[in-house]
Amino acid sequence: MNSELFILPFNIGLYFILIYSVVRSTVWFRNLSRPDKLRLQRGFFGRPFMDSLKEIVMESLLHRKIFRKNPVLGYMHMSLAFGWFLLIVFGTIEADFFGEKHLNPPSHAIFFRWFNPDHGAEGFASIYGFWMDLLLAFILSGLLLAIIKRFTPRLMGMKKTTKHTWTDRIALTSLWLIFPSRLLAESFTSGAHGTGSFLTGNLGDALASFLPAAAIAPWFWWLYSLSLGTFFILLPVSRYFHIPVELFLIFMRNSGITTGDRHSSYTEVQTHACSSCGVCISTCQMSYAAGIHDIQSAYFIKGLRNDRDISAITANCLMCGRCEEVCPVGIELGPMRLIERRQGERSDRTMKLQEKYSLLRKRNSVEKTSTQSYGYLVREEPEKADVLFFAGCMTHLTPSVIAAMKKIMESAGVRYRFMDEKGGVCCGRPLMLAGRDKEARELINHNSDIIWKSGAQILVTSCPICYKIFRESYYLEARVMHHSEFINLLIEEGSLRLGYLHRKVVYHDPCELGRGSGIYEEPRAVISYVAELQSSAQERNMSLCCGGSLGNLTLSSGKRAMIAADAARTLTLGSPDELITACPLCKKTFTQATETKVSDIAELVAAALPAPRSEKAKRKPARRAARAISNG
Amino acid sequence: MSASQSNKFGFTINRSRLIDYDASDRKVREYITLREPSFSLCFACGGCTATCTAGMHTSFNLRRMNTYIRRGEIEPLRDEVKRCMLCGKCMLICPRGVNTRNVVAAAADAIGKLERNEL
Repeated sequence: MNSELFILPFNIGLYFILIYSVVRSTVWFRNLSRPDKLRLQRGFFGRPFMDSLKEIVMESLLHRKIFRKNPVLGYMHMSLAFGWFLLIVFGTIEADFFGEKHLNPPSHAIFFRWFNPDHGAEGFASIYGFWMDLLLAFILSGLLLAIIKRFTPRLMGMKKTTKHTWTDRIALTSLWLIFPSRLLAESFTSGAHGTGSFLTGNLGDALASFLPAAAIAPWFWWLYSLSLGTFFILLPVSRYFHIPVELFLIFMRNSGITTGDRHSSYTEVQTHACSSCGVCISTCQMSYAAGIHDIQSAYFIKGLRNDRDISAITANCLMCGRCEEVCPVGIELGPMRLIERRQGERSDRTMKLQEKYSLLRKRNSVEKTSTQSYGYLVREEPEKADVLFFAGCMTHLTPSVIAAMKKIMESAGVRYRFMDEKGGVCCGRPLMLAGRDKEARELINHNSDIIWKSGAQILVTSCPICYKIFRESYYLEARVMHHSEFINLLIEEGSLRLGYLHRKVVYHDPCELGRGSGIYEEPRAVISYVAELQSSAQERNMSLCCGGSLGNLTLSSGKRAMIAADAARTLTLGSPDELITACPLCKKTFTQATETKVSDIAELVAAALPAPRSEKAKRKPARRAARAISNG
Repeated sequence: MSASQSNKFGFTINRSRLIDYDASDRKVREYITLREPSFSLCFACGGCTATCTAGMHTSFNLRRMNTYIRRGEIEPLRDEVKRCMLCGKCMLICPRGVNTRNVVAAAADAIGKLERNEL
């Protein structure tokens, strides 16, 4: 048997993946827009470079984010990534240090024991051998957890694990084979030569005692090399492509590149950087509360990668953004889904294997034609005002919120104008969430016109959905404030005198206000000022969606109710007197889902206002006195 | 009742009550019911129309649109469907839990498909 022939599969695989990764990165770079190219260049030769290196160590090797989610899951990922990394680094040092010559080819380090079977019998070499065995044991422990996870995901805090394509399965099998075959190959060789440390040495001795170790060893070295080679060759068409692509993504992100509103190199890189780990699946309320297990971000990205027709998956999402918060790779899943919603219909097809390797992919996308038109809207000439109050469509369905806001603003002496008192025009966010940006733009222009003409300094809205689009997609001079921010401002200014309500309340962060716009503190400050605020198990950036989201166009009312009931149950675990939210849609959804009283933050504040001394109230004592006289 | 009046009684045909079976096109209804099954739950109470944001500014009327779709009258639907803002108020009002936003979105897509001869 030609002893060195077995390194061939490994070498072919390694050089293939190295060249492929470099070429593909170059193509991606070339297809970036000019500003993004400049950003990346500046990022690569500037301070972001160090941030990227730090992030690569913390996330790609140590998997800190997954550790935070679940220590066992984190250990599993870390042992495989960091352990393998250390094995390669120390293997290279070992080959360089103990080998016959310096600067060996990579295969020499990987198959070191085969080339140096007598190495490591004593002295420093044996201590080093112990360290190498320890690293291998570290990886194998992670592998054991990975196998357990595949069959019982619950043990790792995962409610569901991702279903894979056949290339993923072959790649997964070859990955799983790499380390056990290395263990057995090294053990047989060590057993035959009486070397090896605590793991390979002892196992080798045991195996050699009843097997012809020297004759069997080459088979396992072949298996080791073949599984490495297969893994490398399948890397670009499997989910494991995330390993090299994630490094590229980290550099791009730290250079300040963002997803934007159309497909680009960056969305392509994000698509391939997804490891299908499935953390998004077990975080998704649609999965654990409504029993829908096939629309989560991992499947969305997988469909995108394989150019399938994913319009049903794309549309069926609450756009709550919880998955984006937990994604260990930091993929901008919300913007990616919105881009996809803007696309027209495309045919479903199965990609051929060679297509998956192709360097530049043209997605078979169709430009969506504009369907809506709002030519009927009449331009308005609004009155001048300092503060403009825009309730929003949803708030018109909760008149008590509008009444509360009026009461608060009047009590604080705010001179405001009610922009949509007689029913205004939608802000455009629902259209945008449905992937109809051109149509949304018409509504945005109409509303912007009114806001500019009013000359308002502050635009207050009671609806987080409107708030988000006012802040992000409107070009306004006025400062946009959600009413929780505005009330907080009034309290800080001292223009609002409030009593204290002796109630225990829990606060629900609406998706569009919390995760969507980063407003967490102001509502809490307002609530703590007038009542006793409880904390809940899922709050701030991990707050639950109420299920009413306008982000989902296709979800049935039954499933929505299931999500609402589950979220309400979590929120009311501490049995609060009231459930406070800051969104009229959340209020409407929760009211049907729980026995606990649901109020908007404005209603809570309005209840804490001192009772006005109205004419009737003034007259009352007199009348009572009169009655007392007539009775007595 | 004079003879001239009795001639007219019961025989005048109100245009809006006329169903022309030759012009009726059921494809749109089938497409919408397939994409949004809750459409068939509608009992035409008109709550959607009463609350409609677009309805404040124009003659857009989801209840009437529902009648057009059921009758298979596509011509008046073409312009009607373009006026919706997808704000979702009707969905919250609906006592039957019809996913009205998706009904409108599906109707708009159906019209587009009809024009491209894909339906």
